[in-house]
Amino acid sequence: MKNKLMMLACGVMTMSAAAAAKETITIATVNNGDMITMKELSNDFTRQNPDIALKWVTLEENILRQRVTTDVATGGGQYDVMTIGTYEVPIWGKQGWLTELDNLGASYDVDDLLPAIRSGLTVDEKLFAAPFYGESSMVMYRTDLIAKAGLEMPKKPSWGFIRQAAKAMTDKEAGVYGICLRGKAGWGENMALITAMSNSFGARWFDENWQPQFDTQEWHDTLQYYVDVMAESGPPGASANGFNENLALFQTGKCGMWIDATVAGAFVTNEKDSAVADKVGFALAPDKGLGKRGNWLWAWTLAIPASSEKSAAAQKFISWATSKDYSALVAKNKGWAKVPPGTRASLYNNPEYMKAAPFAQITIDSIQSADPVNPTVKPVPYVGVQFVAIPEFQGIGTAVGQQFAAALTGTMTVKEALKASQRLVDRTMRKAGYPK
Amino acid sequence: MSIKNSHRSKIIYTFLAWTISSLIFFPILWTLITSFKTEAEAISASPSLFMFDWTLENYEEVLARSPYFNHFWNSIVISLGSSILGLLIAIPAAWSMAFVQTKRTKHLLMWMLSTKMLPPVGVLIPIYLLFRDFGLLDTKVGLVIVMTLINLPIMVWMLYTYFREIPSEVLEASRMDGANIAEEIWYVLLPIALPGIASTLLLTVILAWNEAFWTLILTAADAAPLTAFIASYSSPEGLFYAKLSAASMMAIVPILILGWFSQKQLVRGLSFGAVK
Repeated sequence: MKNKLMMLACGVMTMSAAAAAKETITIATVNNGDMITMKELSNDFTRQNPDIALKWVTLEENILRQRVTTDVATGGGQYDVMTIGTYEVPIWGKQGWLTELDNLGASYDVDDLLPAIRSGLTVDEKLFAAPFYGESSMVMYRTDLIAKAGLEMPKKPSWGFIRQAAKAMTDKEAGVYGICLRGKAGWGENMALITAMSNSFGARWFDENWQPQFDTQEWHDTLQYYVDVMAESGPPGASANGFNENLALFQTGKCGMWIDATVAGAFVTNEKDSAVADKVGFALAPDKGLGKRGNWLWAWTLAIPASSEKSAAAQKFISWATSKDYSALVAKNKGWAKVPPGTRASLYNNPEYMKAAPFAQITIDSIQSADPVNPTVKPVPYVGVQFVAIPEFQGIGTAVGQQFAAALTGTMTVKEALKASQRLVDRTMRKAGYPK
Repeated sequence: MSIKNSHRSKIIYTFLAWTISSLIFFPILWTLITSFKTEAEAISASPSLFMFDWTLENYEEVLARSPYFNHFWNSIVISLGSSILGLLIAIPAAWSMAFVQTKRTKHLLMWMLSTKMLPPVGVLIPIYLLFRDFGLLDTKVGLVIVMTLINLPIMVWMLYTYFREIPSEVLEASRMDGANIAEEIWYVLLPIALPGIASTLLLTVILAWNEAFWTLILTAADAAPLTAFIASYSSPEGLFYAKLSAASMMAIVPILILGWFSQKQLVRGLSFGAVK
């Protein structure tokens, strides 16, 4: 009896020691389908790494951004792996808030990462985040409606064609609107679309001396086009519409065209949720013949805050979640169409993936055509396609977005909105000491 | 004539009360109904109130994906803990302000209340740094302290209002009988002010339960309450309205039930001292 008790005690002590030796890393993620899949499949990682336990914090994007920004700026150390976007990585990397990813393992194949994405995550030749999924923007359109209108969507449409097609597809009495675009004010909402659009119109946020450029003809043309096309062919109440609202409109057959994130391709072709799943076509984001298309570039990435004391374990996790093996794991468990897109060239050389994802070719073409280092027709002093990678951008981006939303609703004219934008951006930039 | 008029106005007021109550309750009803729909039905252009295929899949998925009961337990500990701790501080404070007034008492009360006018984000960085340095980030103890501090001005103000209604002669009589301050508060003041204390407690439990700034900023995985649970089902890229509705219902049902059973107490407490 005594021996049995001794054995039991030894067993309990061994188990406790094993539990104590386990290193727990806390991962903060956004709530989207790909991240949920990663959480579901993470047993594979803990099986390969029995000495590491995972704790998950899943939050809505804006709440997550507020939380991780506070934590990383104050060195709070609450998280070991953070999900951040391509906007944050260059700024935080420069500030020294992130740990360099220099130990991702021999089999990681960092050169397989798409150059456009990788360049946005590299500061001074150091990789500070690994892309989990990447996206650009594209035109999604109803094949039945465009055929009914007697038109054919080119693979590389122009803004002029988009306006013509939108008008032709609109049937307001039937509740069908030719085009759905983001109207909700915010630097990551309407400004993502309009800034990317403006690149193709030859506009830019700042010149080489950091002088705001909203008083130029290019910006006037961009905003006037946006306001006009939405007035002619957009849905009512568009100034309240973001990604989700437009997704709902498109999936329920209310939009002829929708220009938005390539990640939406999987949603609109999903037969379970979309009433128009079998009637969707894809095309590159439009241009104006100036050499730049109106598509953006974004990636959700995994990074390690400098305050984390478990960076070795965190790096192991990031290596697992952004590896080729992870793509194969998702394909095995969920199907190729569910593999996180837009990060690795090898995925687009995989015939099984290309067959399973009808939007794959457009996605890769869009991503590869975006250049975050040279995003505009004229030269600029900043990095970022649909954003300017400076800390002030969240504030000025949203403030300008509010002026543009006012122009969309008609409470301001295009000229007034641009004048107000020029004034407020100029004031902020002067205070921050940018203009040379 | 006057009986007829009174009957008519009663009908009008009843109708108005039902209309306003229905308008207020409708979003909750809509959330409840949406929680039983599929995601496709939740975004349907012609939504149906009752005629759809009812499903429990959202609740199943939410329960499978998140540790609901951990969040629930955290909410209970944070809201009850902060309310009880707050009462322990607020009762003696309100007693002194109500019965041992000085010429600065009113100013002090106003100052306490004015702290509620500061947007919480204004003190975000100092609070975060304090929490970091004291090792309170992502702990229930830390949140109990913050919730107590946030709700303390309201608790003191409410209790002060109740205590002012109690004749000071009653307390003086107990002092004449030899009671010290603690005995005076415990044996005389508290039994008389029990309804007021109960409604203060209920109100602060509800406020702490629903608080969604500090509970989101100061927690990560261990101490996250139900507000963080709801936030994990909202997404700017992807339609999860049905799941979000299911998560919201699971988060608000406990406090709705508490509010339902204690509504008389709450209304009485909130209107106490309002009419003289």
